[in-house]
Amino acid sequence: MNVDLNAYILVSLLLFAIGFFGVLLRKNTLVIYMCLELMLIASTVALVAFSRYNDTLDGNVFVFFILTIAAAEVAVGLAIIVALFRKRHTIQVEELNALKH
Amino acid sequence: MANFLFYLFSFVTLGSAALVVINKNAVNAAMFLLLSLVGVAGLFVLLDAALLAFVLLLVYAGAVVALFLFIVMLLDTTPGSLKPFKATTIVASTIGLALLGLGIYSFTARAPLSTAAPAGLVPSLKNYAEQLFTTYLLPVQIVGFMLLIAMLGVIVLSKKLEREGAK
Repeated sequence: MNVDLNAYILVSLLLFAIGFFGVLLRKNTLVIYMCLELMLIASTVALVAFSRYNDTLDGNVFVFFILTIAAAEVAVGLAIIVALFRKRHTIQVEELNALKH
Repeated sequence: MANFLFYLFSFVTLGSAALVVINKNAVNAAMFLLLSLVGVAGLFVLLDAALLAFVLLLVYAGAVVALFLFIVMLLDTTPGSLKPFKATTIVASTIGLALLGLGIYSFTARAPLSTAAPAGLVPSLKNYAEQLFTTYLLPVQIVGFMLLIAMLGVIVLSKKLEREGAK
């Protein structure tokens, strides 16, 4: 099978699905966050592939912005997790249920 | 040759992504995330976006995964207890799996994308710079400002609030 746009989009789809199931099934907040990053990366693969096969540069420039935003997002998110751990002494999602009742 | 490299990189990416999800230890998960990102960088190189591959490795592998490892070791959590899943989680997973199957089906069988011949335009550093400083000048400024805001936010978040504790 020759590698074309479909193959790249399929890889991107599978990567997104893996990240999605990670977010759904894992209980550790840090691992959930890593799986969120996987989903973000999957979308960048799709953007770069579409950009390459349409002979434009816009998708690649968008990936630049996505990477910048992702770096900022990780910094803020991890700071929130650390603050949460200081207050509650746990980062397992099933024990973080203060807003539930 | 390009086909073989594509299969290799996609196998590395997807395999280590699956191991991120499966692994019980958060440190190992971060390491497999790193490996997965290396695979994605390889895919970027195959897509003629070598610069993006470098940026991905620098920003993600260099900064983000290092930050993840730092936080994992700082918090020192015990490996998660394997409680059985709730019924809601199982239902949501089933729906997600069905959606994934539908996506793959409609993607492969129903409407295959037209694969136009990839030609010309290998993006060079000059092309990127031209785009970033003409068409996307305002977004670049906004993103820079947002990075500043994120930095201030992290400082505020990670500061201990002494006054509230004293009273």
